[in-house]
Amino acid sequence: MSTQIESAPRRASKGRPTDRARAERKLGWLLCAPAAFVMLAVTAYPIGYAIYLSLQRYDLRFPAQTEFVGFTNYVTVLSSLDLWWKAFAVTLGITIVSVAIELILGMGVAMVMHRAIFGRGLVRTAVLIPYGIVTVVAAYSWQYAWTPGTGYLAKFLGPDSAPLTQTIPALAIIVLAEIWKTTPFMALLLLAGLSLVPGELLNAARVDGANAWQRFRHVMLPIMKPAILVALLFRTLDAFRIFDNIFILTQGSQDTRSVSILDYDQLFTALNLGVGSAMSVLIFLAVALIAFLFIKGFGAAAPGQELK
Amino acid sequence: MLSRRTLAGSLAALSAALLFPACGGSSSASSGNTLNWYIFPEPSGAFAKAAEECSKASGGEYDIQMRQLPADADGQREEMVRRLAAEDDSLDILGLDVTWTAEFAEAGWIEAWPDDLRSKVESSSLDTMIETSTWKDELFSAPFNTNTQLLWYRKDLVQEPPKTWDEMIEMAEKLADEKKPHLIEIQGAQYEGFTVWLNTMISSAGGSILNEDGTQAELGEPALKALQTMRKLADSVAADPSLPNQMENENRLAFESGTAAFQLNYPFVYPSAKDNAPDIFKNMAWAPYPSVVEGEPSHVTIGGIDLAVSSMSRKKEQAFKAIQCLREPEKQVRNAVDGGLPPVTESVYKEKDFQKSYPFWETALESLKEASVRPLTPAYQSVSLQIAYTLSPPTSIDPENDIAVLTDRIQDAIESKGLVP
Repeated sequence: MSTQIESAPRRASKGRPTDRARAERKLGWLLCAPAAFVMLAVTAYPIGYAIYLSLQRYDLRFPAQTEFVGFTNYVTVLSSLDLWWKAFAVTLGITIVSVAIELILGMGVAMVMHRAIFGRGLVRTAVLIPYGIVTVVAAYSWQYAWTPGTGYLAKFLGPDSAPLTQTIPALAIIVLAEIWKTTPFMALLLLAGLSLVPGELLNAARVDGANAWQRFRHVMLPIMKPAILVALLFRTLDAFRIFDNIFILTQGSQDTRSVSILDYDQLFTALNLGVGSAMSVLIFLAVALIAFLFIKGFGAAAPGQELK
Repeated sequence: MLSRRTLAGSLAALSAALLFPACGGSSSASSGNTLNWYIFPEPSGAFAKAAEECSKASGGEYDIQMRQLPADADGQREEMVRRLAAEDDSLDILGLDVTWTAEFAEAGWIEAWPDDLRSKVESSSLDTMIETSTWKDELFSAPFNTNTQLLWYRKDLVQEPPKTWDEMIEMAEKLADEKKPHLIEIQGAQYEGFTVWLNTMISSAGGSILNEDGTQAELGEPALKALQTMRKLADSVAADPSLPNQMENENRLAFESGTAAFQLNYPFVYPSAKDNAPDIFKNMAWAPYPSVVEGEPSHVTIGGIDLAVSSMSRKKEQAFKAIQCLREPEKQVRNAVDGGLPPVTESVYKEKDFQKSYPFWETALESLKEASVRPLTPAYQSVSLQIAYTLSPPTSIDPENDIAVLTDRIQDAIESKGLVP
């Protein structure tokens, strides 16, 4: 990503900005004002409206009973051990496992792409194919493959096995589908970091007698750290909001629901906009918290922010 | 000066176009005499023919345009609900699953039928279907087609069809001992079809899920008996290994592949087996749905489609007329013969054409007259979700315990308290 590179000097000196810099900044604001306005209209307004709805009893099926109920909906959601907190745990589990495996695999794939001498373009294209396939389409392929009768994978687990009907195997398949799908994305982000590692530095380390692992651990990793953190941040945020794979593979049955699937059920099936909006706000807060932890806790660079 | 004004004007137009992209399209759809009929995609074209004929017969008073909904019930409901909640006036006639009338009526999305038309609809429909169309003593939709499950079995494996569930499970276990195809195909996945199964079982055991006016969960002895029978099947070798993931279509495929001896399913499986599995079809026979209590008839959950007039429609009068035309007996015959959809008017069952293409008409009609309805409440979707969530997979059913848990959860669902699973 361009986050690391984009750090053109905005200030002429360490002190006050010059007139020219100030004029440029003003122009900058003017130029992005229309975009900012549209962004506000399509994101800030819905977020505000969701917060407003979350404080009401608002069920489309019972329009006559609409009223202001304060934080009742939040209490309902947060006190639901067997639904909300279970879905939360499932989401967290899927996120941690899939992102961890993606990081390791992605690093390997990035190395291969970086080192490939022949057919580099071909290798990169081939690796990117899963990421290019529409998630829903890929999820359908997995669903058919793992369903006995229509697929070829289910029978490897033994006759009569239907892995999508059992919680743990179904979760494993969801994680597998996620990993298959997004490892290329991870690899691309890591490749960007990998290309920042200067060859001379590695050669110097080799001359100093560092073996391959030491070169990786002490030379490449520190230089790649910003790229790794950005990759992890993006993927964690993405994985936490997982929806489409689960929606196709299990429809959230057998306790494989993520928080997004659970929220969808409240909003679109039960038409309970109050509780559903409260849940949306909570998911929003959770995602914000993850981003905050990455940026403040691990020092990941927020997109557009200068690196220290 | 001028150029700056033009610039400002075009900027405003541009941002308006960005902000309100959807406003242009909808007005054209609701102009003139067009009636938009939102209905599931009917593959045989019988509905399309009816729409065309009715439009012609109206002499230009209305022109029915079919708008296809998604193929699955949840998708259909979702699309209509989304539009109705946004007060989209381009919907005129809605094809509702029998379980949605209460919900759409309570939400104020569909119109009650005027008294004179109401009596016409009621006199031309099976009683159980009218129950699904009525909410708070008003008729909100007109039955369009109905549906019921029958027992389909293999004559080459079973001489006499089983009368009860116990008998059927016994027969299947015996076939299993003889290493013959033996599975019983039923909808055990965690979805709405599971509620249909439970509703049939509880009704057949002499009970119901909700009380008379739909305000209280009421699971007693019949529910216990129903759950025990369902658990018995799940634990038996008669159950399909993928029972926890099976819906109607998976049942059909399993039966056509030859692993099953029994199938509890809608009549669409009959023409399908004829096309896809002629060897199986040769030996395919039907019987009434087995009873839960010996000597008592089963009460199979009624299915089907009701037609309603949207409250947002600007052409309600024409819409009421069009619905009456669409459900005329001749059209019902065609829907049944071409599309396999059982009629809602009893006299249609006497038609020769219909009987020829629908050899099981007598069994189906008997079953429909004894049919039961799913819980009539605006919160049916939530009730159904709670049922499927609590009881699926069927191998985990714990009859005594589950009744207590389910009663609480259904009560919450009716009052739209808490989360839906």
